[in-house]
Amino acid sequence: MAAAARLFIRGANSKLSIAPSSLGVTLLKLSPNCSSRTKTQRRHATHFTFQPDPVPSQYGPTQKMNLFQSITSALDNTLASDPTAVIFGEDVAFGGVFRCTVGLRDKYGKDRVFNTPLCEQGIVGFGIGVAVAGATAIAEIQFADYIFPAFDQIVNEAAKYRYRSGNLFDCGNLTIRAPWGCVGHGALYHSQSPEAFFAHCPGLKIVIPRGPIQAKGLLLSCIADKNPCIFFEPKILYRAAVEQVPEEPYTIPLSQAEILQEGSDVTLVSWGTQIHVLKEVASMAQEKLGVSCEVIDLQTILPWDIETVCKVVGFPLERTVQLSSFGLRCGQTEIIEVSLQADNKTERKTQNVGSHKDRKTSKSRWSKQDACLSVTRHR
Amino acid sequence: MVKAMITSARTYADFTTQATFEIKKCDVFKLDEGPATQVVLTRDEGLQYYRTMQTMRRMELKADQLYKQKIIRGFCHLYDGQEACAVGIEASINLSDHLITAYRAHGYTYTRGGTVKEIMAELTGRRGGIAKGKGGSMHMYCKHFYGGNGIVGAQVPLGAGVALACKYQGNNELCVCLYGDGAANQGQIFETYNMAALWKLPVIFICENNRYGMGTSVERAAASTDYFKRGEFIPGLRVDGMDVLCVREATRFAADHCRSGKGPILMELQTYRYHGHSMSDPGVSYRTREEIQEVRSKSDPISMLKDRMLSNNMASVEELKEIDVEVRKEIEDAAQFATTDPEPPLEELCNHIFCDMPSLEVRGTNPWAKLKSVS
Repeated sequence: MAAAARLFIRGANSKLSIAPSSLGVTLLKLSPNCSSRTKTQRRHATHFTFQPDPVPSQYGPTQKMNLFQSITSALDNTLASDPTAVIFGEDVAFGGVFRCTVGLRDKYGKDRVFNTPLCEQGIVGFGIGVAVAGATAIAEIQFADYIFPAFDQIVNEAAKYRYRSGNLFDCGNLTIRAPWGCVGHGALYHSQSPEAFFAHCPGLKIVIPRGPIQAKGLLLSCIADKNPCIFFEPKILYRAAVEQVPEEPYTIPLSQAEILQEGSDVTLVSWGTQIHVLKEVASMAQEKLGVSCEVIDLQTILPWDIETVCKVVGFPLERTVQLSSFGLRCGQTEIIEVSLQADNKTERKTQNVGSHKDRKTSKSRWSKQDACLSVTRHR
Repeated sequence: MVKAMITSARTYADFTTQATFEIKKCDVFKLDEGPATQVVLTRDEGLQYYRTMQTMRRMELKADQLYKQKIIRGFCHLYDGQEACAVGIEASINLSDHLITAYRAHGYTYTRGGTVKEIMAELTGRRGGIAKGKGGSMHMYCKHFYGGNGIVGAQVPLGAGVALACKYQGNNELCVCLYGDGAANQGQIFETYNMAALWKLPVIFICENNRYGMGTSVERAAASTDYFKRGEFIPGLRVDGMDVLCVREATRFAADHCRSGKGPILMELQTYRYHGHSMSDPGVSYRTREEIQEVRSKSDPISMLKDRMLSNNMASVEELKEIDVEVRKEIEDAAQFATTDPEPPLEELCNHIFCDMPSLEVRGTNPWAKLKSVS
């Protein structure tokens, strides 16, 4: 899973002397050298258990729904309230390969829920056009792995439309949905988590929910948001994640990280499916190591809630931000590494979980959202 | 008693060594003439095509069985029903020519030189697999066969590139570049048509039109279902893809066209798949069982060839049955191998990411789990 945990070991007061390997061993289930088997193989995928959120009380009556049903509910609410809303993509008419659009075509008509041919670049380009002309466009890319033919349209057209037209035109009405993340048997082309590719692109918003309640609220926020949004849905949770989801429409604000569990020793930051792994990790750490973990769900990857994370981690924002360019492996986690000013008098223990080459330092003139920060290892 | 013995001892001299058949005329586009409609099939060729198609059929059915037993995991796109395409194409090109296709690739891996054992072991993800167990169903490769590609339509520009290499090297080879009716609507296909025609590349574009792009019928996906005309400035042929002789003749025609330096040509093979799009698709929610049954009874490629050979006395029922038995055994042995061969060792998981680099550490499922990548 691309959404990895970020560990921030806080403060010089930390009683923690975690050897990374100890946590690593408990997390990783190593696959033993397989001997030949004639029976069905045991799967060696890292396991997780979906941890449902408590039932929300502030949005009205709720109904038991899994992730794809909560998406359908959000889309249903949208099509009902917004007469310009249209949903299109490959195979959405019959309900979609993950059943996210079941029943919508029958309810709202074939001119509002329709199939496109097999052409991702065309789908997104077309979606941008629909959005610019004023309709609410909800485009589905069948798997996030297939989003790359549309990369140019998303990054060069959608993201920059408002800026380059001086706010005369925009495609804020566009929302792109795609199933995301590993599923165990997806291999190269049904498992990818491409949010990092888009995370460098100003003008876009990227959102990844951890469960049905968040999904419906965040999707409705994305649709309402006046910026083009990409909404990645963790496909492994489509059926596995079941929660009590409010029937009425509601929104969850974007660019706001949610602190799921307070803790005092270590902060774990992640998104999507990995949140459930981290919740388990947090309880294991408490139980076995006596470590109190704070778990934060970023929810919005771009623009991400840097304030909440910094506040929790204890790094004041007034410090100068180091702008760094990226090293060889630059996943989303490497982008979200918090840097300290070269203030060697302060002893801070930080865990370097990525490395950079070519660090260039300059005072940042950009907003804190655009700043890329890096962890400095204090040996 | 003696009489019975004499009549039952049929010698090979009893069989006709070759026969001429009338095949369906191909629709042509921007061509003055099409492939021949009178073709000659020799007994040896017939038996070879029969054996190959039967092997492919049984291999796919075995894969279906293994998938349902969860010995094959992941994705599995089966080719049964379309055997005539792979066999017909291979009959008219040489092993030194090149071929690239999409994910429904098991048949082509076989015709291009892979063994059933290697193919099945790749499906089960074992060491003996044709891609060392790391590719799986969609990523099988062998000499002059460039896979096995998962992303729809992405292989077509690659095929044109291979053709450019052939032209550049002047080796009189060509590239057969296959894609499906769904992929025919992808933008990169049209970009490739343009490049191939502009530079007169020796590429045969083949659209295997099996009427359904996953679950969408061609009428609902394409503004024009005349896929052989989609090349616009590239000449095209529409071929009956269920008849191995039709496919062979058309490919021969197309190969001559390319090798004579006239540039690319487009062929649409009208074919049908019996299984669904993949093993997770039952294949009956977007088409009727009657339709599948009809194609199976009227146009099955193996039955068609069998009938032709039997009615022209080119083979006996026993002989063909014997081939069936041999094929079955080969598949059984391959399946046995595929089930018992060990998986590739964990150390090989991250190899071959790069080439000629000192071995680097690749992050595993968490930041502290490091795997080694040897290039």
